[in-house]
Amino acid sequence: MNYIKESLSQVLGNPPTRISKDEQPEELKRIYAGKKDKLKKADLDALEHHSHFMGKWMRRRWITLIIVNLLFVISYHFDVQLVEGAMTASRVVGFHFADLNSALQVMLAYKHVVLNLVIGTTTVFVLWLLLGGRTFCSWACPYHLLSEWAEYLHLWLVKKKIIKNRTFHHKTRAVFYLIFALLALLSGYTVFETISPTGIVSRAIIYGPGVALLWVGFLLLFEVFVSRRTWCRYVCPIGITYAAVGTLSPVRVEYNAEACHHEGDCRKVCLVPHVLDLTIRGRAHDVKQEITSDCTRCGMCVDICPTNSLNFKVKGLGKFLE
Amino acid sequence: MSNEKKPKPKKQPVGKVVKDRQRREFLRSAALTAGVVGFSLVGLVPPLSGASLRLRPPGAIKSPLDEEKFLAACIKCGQCVQVCPVEAIKLGDLLDGAGVGVPHIEPREQACDFSCDGLQCVLACPTGALTHELDFPADARMGFARLHKPKACLAVQGKGFKGKARGDDYDGKLRYTEIDRWSPIPVAEHPYDLEICDLCVRQCPIEQRIIECEEKKKEGQDRPTARVAMVIGHECPPKHAIEMRPIDRGDGVKRLKPTILDGCVGCGVCEMICPVGGDEPGEAAIVIDIHQNTDMRG
Repeated sequence: MNYIKESLSQVLGNPPTRISKDEQPEELKRIYAGKKDKLKKADLDALEHHSHFMGKWMRRRWITLIIVNLLFVISYHFDVQLVEGAMTASRVVGFHFADLNSALQVMLAYKHVVLNLVIGTTTVFVLWLLLGGRTFCSWACPYHLLSEWAEYLHLWLVKKKIIKNRTFHHKTRAVFYLIFALLALLSGYTVFETISPTGIVSRAIIYGPGVALLWVGFLLLFEVFVSRRTWCRYVCPIGITYAAVGTLSPVRVEYNAEACHHEGDCRKVCLVPHVLDLTIRGRAHDVKQEITSDCTRCGMCVDICPTNSLNFKVKGLGKFLE
Repeated sequence: MSNEKKPKPKKQPVGKVVKDRQRREFLRSAALTAGVVGFSLVGLVPPLSGASLRLRPPGAIKSPLDEEKFLAACIKCGQCVQVCPVEAIKLGDLLDGAGVGVPHIEPREQACDFSCDGLQCVLACPTGALTHELDFPADARMGFARLHKPKACLAVQGKGFKGKARGDDYDGKLRYTEIDRWSPIPVAEHPYDLEICDLCVRQCPIEQRIIECEEKKKEGQDRPTARVAMVIGHECPPKHAIEMRPIDRGDGVKRLKPTILDGCVGCGVCEMICPVGGDEPGEAAIVIDIHQNTDMRG
């Protein structure tokens, strides 16, 4: 229950709850106390060489994302009926699938739900419930990958001091969510779908490019030159929808404070770094703690962590997939 | 990382710098919200001004009367595009406003010839934007054909037609039952030689269905399936959609005028096959009027 509440609070843009030292379990306090002078220069140097680029999870994720999107293309162009449709709605070997956010937009705008859509939403809900909610973002959304590449360019430009990253208020995304829901409900049009880069890129891959890609290009340029991962971090309602599903999902990343150096490499690579605030020294609530559901389960932190303090786990099954 | 105890700084009022930074972040966020929402609203201009109207696939929540509902219900997945055997369905682009990713048909390029027989696009639609209320091609109400340029019509001029209806380079397809019942072939591979042009009637899927029904009737009137179809409302034959009516101008030339009847479903095949005019929409002698349909005509 606590996990759900804390997750939703963070999804809405609130900072992670902090507890006082007195509330921390004894063991955690002991761990923190024992690490006071642990991080020496030698340790830091060792970390410098630890690159997350093409780490195990990134490799798996990129391959999965590309295969998922290629399945749509192959299914259409070679008429093998595996995944027909686009990311917004499809049929996977005959079963209706409907993206939860697109379906929600249609329901709000059309105010009428046909059985096929109920079936499609249920299957997708169950799928991402099993796989981790926002797993959709980093493992399936085609815009995510483009945005990730733009992010590398952005980070390089920042490192070269050519540009400065600008941030937005963390609650912006929740405001967008509300606005787009209200717009669909009141205007009767699925307003968000017109500008959703997820749908636009997915359709462009499958049915061929169109003018709409210019909007996606503009978004990417904005993310390169103005603000890191703007769309995913501050705008996209799809992320919130799947984060809500993820509160109930057993697939989570777990933090173990014991060996953590608190050097913060994980927060540097994270799409939603507020979920990793618990890795800051003194911030954890427990020795072992699960990352909240705003996490996209991308595995970048798992890849980069030099001390193996962050790991995927399936609740009930223990640690999985080393 | 330094652990030296510094003298505790005196409690300062929340730093002006911090406050300033927060204020700027708030303003930036407001600008981002206004910008993105503003852009998304620009997409509403075409549908609200009626500029997004297009010929929609069969079963589309009746456009143009309910264009808004159709755009609302469509989830923009293109499954209808994928199942169409003649690839008649195209998806709208950004300039079509709220219709980005919404299906439409350009009949002059490629009309819906119902060669799937079973209204595959309707079956594929996951949201009911293409309503499951229709069961057969004759139930569709996509629009209504109109003899747009009677003077240009070859039949009205009493002229025949010989050759490829749309030239060598045209890549549209139609199903020619007599050649292959199951797969459509390019129109460019099927030249005609007609004493007087009747392509719009000859290729009309509804008229072809009528001929098919009559043949079936002759073959086996008592087949139980035929009777079941009659009972559940699959009219066989359906109502006539178009016919050639003789006109007399007193000059001894045999002239015919395509006349559109209540059975017309607005599929666009007549507009597609019309050998008169160029490839641009609206150039054929006969076109589809999306503001009309059989039901509206009472």
